[in-house]
Amino acid sequence: MANAARVFDALHDTTRRTVLERLREGPKSVGEIANDLPVSRPAVSQHLKVLKDAGLVNDRSEGTRRIYHIDPKGLGAMRAWLDQFWDSALASFAAEVERQEKERK
Amino acid sequence: MNLHVQPAPVRKSIFVNAPQARAFEVFTGGIGRWWPKSHKIGQSDLERPVIEPFAGGRWYELDVDGSECEIGKVAAWEPPSRLLLIWQLTPEFTFDPDLVTEVEVMFAPEGEGTRVDLEHRHIERMGEKADAMRESVSGPGGWPALLQLYADEANSEKGDAA
Repeated sequence: MANAARVFDALHDTTRRTVLERLREGPKSVGEIANDLPVSRPAVSQHLKVLKDAGLVNDRSEGTRRIYHIDPKGLGAMRAWLDQFWDSALASFAAEVERQEKERK
Repeated sequence: MNLHVQPAPVRKSIFVNAPQARAFEVFTGGIGRWWPKSHKIGQSDLERPVIEPFAGGRWYELDVDGSECEIGKVAAWEPPSRLLLIWQLTPEFTFDPDLVTEVEVMFAPEGEGTRVDLEHRHIERMGEKADAMRESVSGPGGWPALLQLYADEANSEKGDAA
């Protein structure tokens, strides 16, 4: 669950979910994001770092500003999805093996 | 673009109380009995997925109406120890013939049972479909779906991890 856990942890925070929602409208600088929210710029930067570590957003330099955008490859989200998928599929597989072994006995 | 995100393969291990050969058999021939019914490609209800038992075989979905939808291929068939599948589904569960990701499954005897190690790799190739992914992940289909995943996960937690 390592990677999925990271994504879910990132999403656990209401402010971070709000930041992501803002970025869905398009790329924004830290300042632009902070303007919309009742939190300080340093706090927003910290939230963006967590989202970036989870692979949910990425950034680029534009002059002295950093512009954040939702990771267009969506790899963090995608990987979390696969992680989750295989977790449930393998649990189901193991349960089926157990069921068959019981029937044999 | 300055994107350097390279996701690690998804790796999973599980121990099952059955000999190696039986674990391999349930995983492959018995896939219809454990594959999540909710994960299907076709319009019709899922009957079962089928893994053809030889290298070069097909891996496809058989629906209740008899239609078939490709999932991928069987790249290596080495019972009872190894299976290499080619997964060609996008995160939206649509088949993409140009998408090649690998799912390697190893079965190793351990004590009375079998340890199953699964690795789904080259998943970054899913991301190479950047335009499609932008739609699927940040569009209405993908983003709410992810949040739902998150909600399910959060609800299944007993305590608050934060």
